[in-house]
Order: sequence, then structure tokens, then C-alpha cells
Amino acid sequence: MNPFLKIADSVWFINDDVEGNRRYVRLKRIIALSVVTVSLVPMIIMAGINFHQYNSSLRNEIIKPLHDLTNKAARSFDRFFKERSSAISFISAMYSFEELSNPKLFNKLFMVLKSKFREHVDMGLINENGVMVNYTGPYDLINKDYSRQNWFPKVVYKGVFISDVFMGYRNLPHVAIAVLHIKDDGKTWIIRSTMDTDIFDEIIYNMGIDQQADAFLINKKGILQTSSRLYGKVLSRCGINIPQTRTGTHVEELTDFAGRKLMVAYTHLINSDCTLVVIKSKSIVLKTWFVLKTDMLVVFFVGICAIIVIVMGLTEKLVKRLKVSDKKRLLAVKELEHNQKLSSVGRLATGVAHEINNPLAVINQNAGLIMDMIEYNKFDREIFKEKINVINFSVERAKKITHRLLGFAKRIEVKFEVLRINEIVTEVLIFLDKEALYKNIEISLSLSDELPLISSDRGQLEQVFLNILINAFDAIGNNGHIYISTSIADESMVRVSIEDNGNGISKENLPHIFEPFFTTSTAKGTGLGLSITYGIIKKLGGDIKVNSTLGKGTCFEVNLPYEKLGEKDEKFKNSFG
Amino acid sequence: MKNLKILLVDDEEKFISALADRLRLRGFIVTTELDGEYAIEKIETESFDVMVVDLLMPRMGGIELLKRIKYSGIDTPVILLTGHGSSKEGIQGMKLGAYDYLMKPIAFEELLDKLYKASSAN
Repeated sequence: MNPFLKIADSVWFINDDVEGNRRYVRLKRIIALSVVTVSLVPMIIMAGINFHQYNSSLRNEIIKPLHDLTNKAARSFDRFFKERSSAISFISAMYSFEELSNPKLFNKLFMVLKSKFREHVDMGLINENGVMVNYTGPYDLINKDYSRQNWFPKVVYKGVFISDVFMGYRNLPHVAIAVLHIKDDGKTWIIRSTMDTDIFDEIIYNMGIDQQADAFLINKKGILQTSSRLYGKVLSRCGINIPQTRTGTHVEELTDFAGRKLMVAYTHLINSDCTLVVIKSKSIVLKTWFVLKTDMLVVFFVGICAIIVIVMGLTEKLVKRLKVSDKKRLLAVKELEHNQKLSSVGRLATGVAHEINNPLAVINQNAGLIMDMIEYNKFDREIFKEKINVINFSVERAKKITHRLLGFAKRIEVKFEVLRINEIVTEVLIFLDKEALYKNIEISLSLSDELPLISSDRGQLEQVFLNILINAFDAIGNNGHIYISTSIADESMVRVSIEDNGNGISKENLPHIFEPFFTTSTAKGTGLGLSITYGIIKKLGGDIKVNSTLGKGTCFEVNLPYEKLGEKDEKFKNSFG
Repeated sequence: MKNLKILLVDDEEKFISALADRLRLRGFIVTTELDGEYAIEKIETESFDVMVVDLLMPRMGGIELLKRIKYSGIDTPVILLTGHGSSKEGIQGMKLGAYDYLMKPIAFEELLDKLYKASSAN
């Protein structure tokens, strides 16, 4: 379809109310959805990116102190074990087995050790066969054979062994440190010392963790080596699975056996098989983040709501304004159509003036003649009657013309009624027959008697045919022929063909003749006649085609829909004609 | 004043017959024709003092008739009648040689005046 005809469609086509309202609802939906999408998509993307960046940076901010604290405390434990084992190694290295076997000296060395490290409970010397040969402490362990205990081969193999926590004879948690000494001559002995684990609690206390946090040592089997706020006393099972294979300090989000979500920092000690675990409740650790996240979400959703509300409001306003401007446009189109109609009437003015002035002249002269006859005393009743009849006939003739003209000009509103298309064509021709006569234009009619009735608007159809016929008259000038025929085009359309043998339309101009304001330099009109004709026919559900050959003439074919009449309508049809 | 010979040419029969009767009552010798073709035939065989010709007529309009009269060398004054309601066509006729014009419906006294003036001008 010619794009200009699309424009013509949009200019002249007038929707009915229901379709119009649907169009506005659709338009409102499209505008609102587009604007909301365009506004929200970047906002959501930006919010997502910000959320992710805040999340990672804030988590790092929160997690790092926990990581550092755990790491520092682990080093304290490592240093603790290192110092104790070094002290015992020193004793072992400084003295011979024989000297160490001396109870007095051994007791004195233990006292020196205890004065430095008060957590030591006892100290014993074990010979290479695993027998305790010297002992200083609260128990009687002399000659006790340790060779079958599982720690003995470990100390022989590793040189230093630090045991898991165990309950001693005093039913207090202890940990044992055993250090192997090998002399140059190959003689070996072991010094073993046990310590209270209260010192562990002190180290943990000195970490300075807050009251909601928990910190403890566990062994490889997950048994608590210190008491835990969350999981109970020493030697209880830890209520959370800590990965044992990784080295270094790690912070992870884990869930304990009670289902609590926890932020867990852990690190394996270098000088012991224990793992230091620091636990904080995730909700507490990430409280700042949660608050920030909530604030961000509130701002985000308030922003979305504001955007939606504003967009909906603006769209509503925009569509309302559009509605108003469409209404104005509609009125302007109607006005234009009416003006064009009046312009068509104006175009007929010469003929119409002639048609009115002639009866007036007849009246004028016949009245004058009657007056003359009276003045000249020539009273003839029959002549008087004849002249008065002529006057009355002329009055009727003028009245018909003015009524028809006014009726044509007045029909503004679209009013569908059942019509005979042939009647419309002949009615329009009445306006033009005198002009045709004087211009020597012959009008041939071939009107089919078999045409169905159509439901259409009389005034607008008159305008359509008048516009086409005026164009034909203009194209012919003087001395020409116009052929008008009506027929059934197909099962739904009746056709009116108006063909003239005027000067025709060039190929270049032909695609543009229905465009608004298109006019050729030789044309007399405003360029709206055929455009309005096109709009009216489309509005009436029909279509219009034009064929033209320059120098030979033009043929307009107007197809108009007819509806198959029902029984009820048949009655109407019968009464109609 | 001698009785003037007038040729009235108009396709409006009821108008032209009434006008002719009125002129005859005043002593004019009046001939009527209903279109230009008949008028041409008439003036080829008969002479007139003044011709009154309607502008719009089938077959041959007033302007065409005027041209033909002038082309034939006949110098009978022609008064044009126009029913258009404007003086444009009348002035156009005068440019082509018409003596004067009148707009329908005509004032009879004015027509008489122009007939006398036209005949004396000839």
C-alpha cells in the first residue's frame, strides 16, 4: 500500500467509540510498559551490581577481623606449645640420663619449670624401654610402663608429642607433652610433662572475642579440647563439622547440627593436632550488611513504586491529552469534510445560480406580463390562469433546487440508512445536468436494476459521487462523455463506475491523487476532494480504484459493501420500494 | 420612434414568451429562438435592430453565438442575459463585442432602456 494512503487513512479514518477506547487502552499499556521497562531495567542492573559489590566488600570488611583474630589466637597456641616443648627439650639436652634420674635434681628442674609455666602438673623421665624411671608430681608413676601406650611410638617417631586433652587422675582436663632426646652414643630417653588446660581458656579469653561469639579447640575427631559456650564442656562432641584437610585460616558460613547458621573461622595448629575454631552467629556478624541490604531494598522498591506510579500518572495524562487532541482532530476532519462539501456546492454555484435565477426570471416576466395586461386593459382569464400556473411551477422549481442544495449541504453527521445506490447517483446528477447540458457533456447511465440495498450514509455518498463527477467535468471541459454504471462487484460489494473521456491523469500523478493536499498545477481545487472521497469510502467500509490514461480519460470504481438482508429487512425492503 | 425589431434567444421558453409578449404590448416586433443554432439560421435570413441573447444555452451558448455574429460581420447590437448572478460573464461578453448585459431576473424598464439605447447607437 502506498505509504501516503496510509497517511490518508490515518488522517481521514475515524474509529468508532469502542474500537477507539480499545486503541487508547492498548496505547496506554504499551507506553506505560515501555517507559517502566526503560526506566527499571538499568535501575535493576545497577542495583544488582551495587548489591553484589556491597555484598562482597562488606563481607570482606566483616570477615577479615574474624580471620585475623583466629589467626592471631592460633599463633598464640602454637607459641604456647612451642615454648613448653622447647623448655622440656632444653632440660633434656642440658642433663644426662643419669643426672635426670636423680630425683632431687629432677624435682628441682621441675620446680624451675613450674615457676615459669605454672600449668605444669608433673614431669617424668621415661627410658628407652618406655618405663618411667623418675617422676616428680602428685602421683606414683615410678616404674609405670608406657611402651604399650599409643603415644609412645609417636614420640619416638616424631621427637615431640602433644596429646589430646584427657581427664587425669584428678578428673581434670590435662594435656601431655612428651619430648624424645637422643644422645650422641644413641642412648634415648623421654621427658613427659602434663599440664592443666585452664591456660587454654585464658588464651581464648585473651583473644577478646565478644559475648555472642564462641571460640574453642577441637581435635581431629571433633572432640572439644576446651569448653564451648555453644557446644558444652571439654571432651564433648563439637556440634559442627569442621573440615580437617585444609591448611591456613579459613572463614566459612556453616550450619551446625542444631541448624544454626554460623560464620565459622578455623585454623589448624602447627604444633598440635588441634584446630582452633571461632564462631559467630551469621545474623550478628552480618547485621550491618543486613541493615544496609534492607535499606537498599527499601530504597529500591520505593523507587520502583515511585517510577510505576509516576509513569502510570503521566501515561494517563498523556493518553487523555491524546484523546482530546484526537477528538479535536476528528472535529477538524469533520469540519474539513463539511467545508469540502460546501466547496463542492460552491463549485456548483454557477449552475445552481442559473437554475434559481431562471425560474425567478420566468416569475418576474410573467408577473410583469399580467401587470401589463391589466394596465393595457386586456383582461383574459385563461391567459391570467396560465401565467399564474407558470409562476407557481417556477416557484416549485426554484424551491426544489434550494431544498436539494440545502439538504446536501446540511448532512454532516454520519447516519447509516438503507439506500438504493442508483437513487444517490441520479440525485447527484440533478446538480450537474444543466452544467452538462451547457458544456455539451453527455452523461450515459447504465444502472443495474438488480442491485441490493446498501446500508450507508446518504450525505457522504452524495459527496463522494459529486467529487468524482466534478473531477470528471473539470477533466473534460467542453464536449465530452461520462459513462456511469452500477453493478454487483462480488458477493459483498456493489460497484459504481464513473468513466470520463477527459484528459486523464499522468502515471506520475496517479499514485498520489488520494493524498491530502495533492493537486496538479492545472487543477482548480484545494487538493482535498479526492482525499476526502477516499477517507469517506474507507469509513463506509468500501474501496476506490482509479484507472487512467493520459489523453484518453479516467475511470473511478467505487465498491461499497452491502449486507444480505434478513427476513426482517426483507419486509423493510418491500416497504421501501 | 419606429417599432424596433428584436430577436430574443433563450432556452427558457416560459421566460422568453412572457418577455416577448410584454415587448409586443409596447410595439416591438419580436422574434424568439430557443438556442444559438436556430438564432444563427434566423439572422442569416432576417435583420434585427437589437438581439437579446442568453449566455447559457444548450448546443450553442451566448458567447459562441456572439462570436459567430461578429465573425459574420453582422453589426446588430447584442444585449446578453446572464443567470449566473455575477457580472463576470457579462463583462467577458462585452469584451467580445456585446453592447451590454443584464442579470436575470431582469428589470423590464432597464431592458427597455438598453434596447432603445442600443438601437440608437447602431
